[in-house]
Amino acid sequence: MFFSISFKISLAIFVLGTLYRIINWFRFKIGTDALSFTMIDRIKSGVIGIFKTIFSLKIFSIIKVLILDVVLQIKIIRADKWRWIMHMCIFYGFMLLLLMHAFENQITKALFKNYASTLNPFMFLRNLFGAIVIFGVLIAVLRRKKTPKILTNAHDSFAIFLLFSIMLSGFVLEGLKIISSPIFDEMVSSYISGSDDITPLKAYWAKKFHVVFKEKININDEKLLSEGESSHIDNCASCHSMPETAFISYPFAVSFKHFGNTLNDFRVDRWLWYFHVLSCFLGLAYLPFSKFFHILSTPINLLLEPAEEEKNKVTSRIIGMDACTHCGVCTENCSVAQIYQVTQNPNILPSEKLASIKLLSRGKKVEREKLNEIAEGSFICTNCYRCTKVCPSGINLDDLWTASKNTLIQQGYFEPHNWIAQKSPSEWAETVKKKKDEPSDLIDNPEIFYGCVQCSTCASVCPVVAASNGNEIDLTPQQVMNLLRMGLKDLAMASKMVWNCTTCYMCEENCPQGIRVTDIFYELRNKAYIRFKDVKENV
Amino acid sequence: MKFAFFKGCRIPKDLPEYELSTKVVLNKLGVELVDIEEFNCCGYPVRHLSTKASILSTARNIALARRENLDILTPCKCCYGNLMHSNYMLQGSKDLKNEINLILSKEGLRWEDDIKIKHLLYVLSNNVGIDVIKKHVKYPLTNMKIAAHYGCHALRPGKIVKFDNPLAPTIFENLIQVAGAKPVDWSKRLDCCGNPLWGKNNNLSLKLMREKIEDAKLADAEYICTACSYCHIQFDMIRKRELKGDESVPNIPAILYPQLLGLAMGIDKNKLGF
Repeated sequence: MFFSISFKISLAIFVLGTLYRIINWFRFKIGTDALSFTMIDRIKSGVIGIFKTIFSLKIFSIIKVLILDVVLQIKIIRADKWRWIMHMCIFYGFMLLLLMHAFENQITKALFKNYASTLNPFMFLRNLFGAIVIFGVLIAVLRRKKTPKILTNAHDSFAIFLLFSIMLSGFVLEGLKIISSPIFDEMVSSYISGSDDITPLKAYWAKKFHVVFKEKININDEKLLSEGESSHIDNCASCHSMPETAFISYPFAVSFKHFGNTLNDFRVDRWLWYFHVLSCFLGLAYLPFSKFFHILSTPINLLLEPAEEEKNKVTSRIIGMDACTHCGVCTENCSVAQIYQVTQNPNILPSEKLASIKLLSRGKKVEREKLNEIAEGSFICTNCYRCTKVCPSGINLDDLWTASKNTLIQQGYFEPHNWIAQKSPSEWAETVKKKKDEPSDLIDNPEIFYGCVQCSTCASVCPVVAASNGNEIDLTPQQVMNLLRMGLKDLAMASKMVWNCTTCYMCEENCPQGIRVTDIFYELRNKAYIRFKDVKENV
Repeated sequence: MKFAFFKGCRIPKDLPEYELSTKVVLNKLGVELVDIEEFNCCGYPVRHLSTKASILSTARNIALARRENLDILTPCKCCYGNLMHSNYMLQGSKDLKNEINLILSKEGLRWEDDIKIKHLLYVLSNNVGIDVIKKHVKYPLTNMKIAAHYGCHALRPGKIVKFDNPLAPTIFENLIQVAGAKPVDWSKRLDCCGNPLWGKNNNLSLKLMREKIEDAKLADAEYICTACSYCHIQFDMIRKRELKGDESVPNIPAILYPQLLGLAMGIDKNKLGF
């Protein structure tokens, strides 16, 4: 009753959650090219796309992906050998447990006529598969601990915790069942007629099967034991293998023997059964909302890759985001990941930026501060393509970054060059006039500019000054130097000259007084970026 | 001769031919290049937002090269300029060095001032030597008129990047000459290609490029020869995309220096990435 109700509830949550996620594949959007499609358009072209692909030659490339990337998971081994071992252990260990153990009534019993969960090889295999999963989980924990570049979030920790507790509770539960006299009594009342004396059987089971009985039983009486053995052979042996083969649960059972009576009195085995079953159902219900959803979304994303169609690009982008397992391989390989150490903005790291972009794709209002952070991360990206190349889930990250940059620009979050250009230097100076920042030894030191004789050599060699038709610059380099000499750095910071500088170093190289004009421009940009981004409105 | 090959962010995806041609040419000339997969961005693109982030980026690259005990060779002038500049900043400040090394130590890395950073052209000219290259040139590109595009960040500021005379460099022309081609004299040869403003002020970026191409035309150049990822992207990819069909722009294509030299050395076109 409890089992079937809680199973049905979690199955319902699982089904509804999965449907919700799938509908969102057609609902959410990222990228300005996504705006021209309605949800109906996208579902239509998705369905047409599926049929067109199935009945075309592309089906062969899809079968290839299915074997290499979904079944053998070759992409993971390319990224990291240990990660592949981890994933294979967790995935296949869990799948085998699911098929053999969770679906024992439906699958295992149908395949093996004499199946009993307490018979070998099943008892041994259950422990083996569980051990394989635990081994995978341990690699996962170690990998996350050993790779400081990869950030671990609550979803990752919970997924690992859930797997671990399902496995551990399974092992312990089996250990408790081995020593349980209440279960022994239940079995006896079901399989042995009430008139028989079961003391010999108890002695035999106490000695060989480590059942802990309340009453004192002489387990060294040879006569009693041999009587017990024949009763065991008559009544129990066809369904019970020796418990030692449950090589992980058995040591638990042996170590529980000392306080076996207490455990049996409180029926801890039952409580643990509830825990074990509920953990499994929690996992089922939570699956569509967790990183476990990648069991569905990642294979779909991988299979979509060879079928990629322009019309379905917007939809595949959203599926791609759902296919992310937050494994962190992209961040490990990211060309600009080290910058996170300085700015502490996690949106520089592709694995974290993806989660933020997911928020953006929902079309709900995202806080300005958050958008600024996503924009910073997005524009620091150098489009080196490494993340896309290594992603084991086959997500087209490069396309995703381009799309999200377009969305950000459309919402008014540009590169600093562009948003700074939207106000005049004096307007910017006004907004930050009360702000103090750390003085620098370059622009805050008037002595640096004492040498400047306003000879305008810098202006005459500057390619931007030469190319400008009056719109590109407001001041010439020597005028910027003059402002700094007068301590008017707030005014200099947002000058068009500073932000349209190509950093070609012509001015600095040619300055007869050795003033570091270009380095000063760089520093003005650094300072302006920090000072203005805090007061920046939604331009 | 062995170097850690620092290709930067753009070459693997946008300019695979640059890596291909650099490797095949240097290999023939007896220079071995080692790929270090963990290399990150040189720090040039982020320098305008955070100098510290830029210096950390450089320091980490140098620390990775130190681990392999190799000097760095880069074919990109922006990478070169920024690596040299950040390295110079680290040489000049103990506090900065300690601060950066503290961050690097989390990965077991450390910056020290013991790794040399060299640009491809410098290695060809100074480490391999013009005479050695000459011996390998089998098919001199006689009569081919080439405009050497110097690229700003390798050249200036001269006292930091130490590439060549920043006001009157000759290294690139000499290398073009050894391939048998004729370097043209053009007035904008030391000017910016405009790429640093791409994505920031596209009009100005294209204007700077257009003026350079027009200037190369005045000097009768047939090709603009580049030795920098960003310059080449500007003169090749961006120009082909953005100025497509604009007949007012002279039709002078860009060619990467190792491709030019490779042709003169008689290396198969496919191997040079054409």
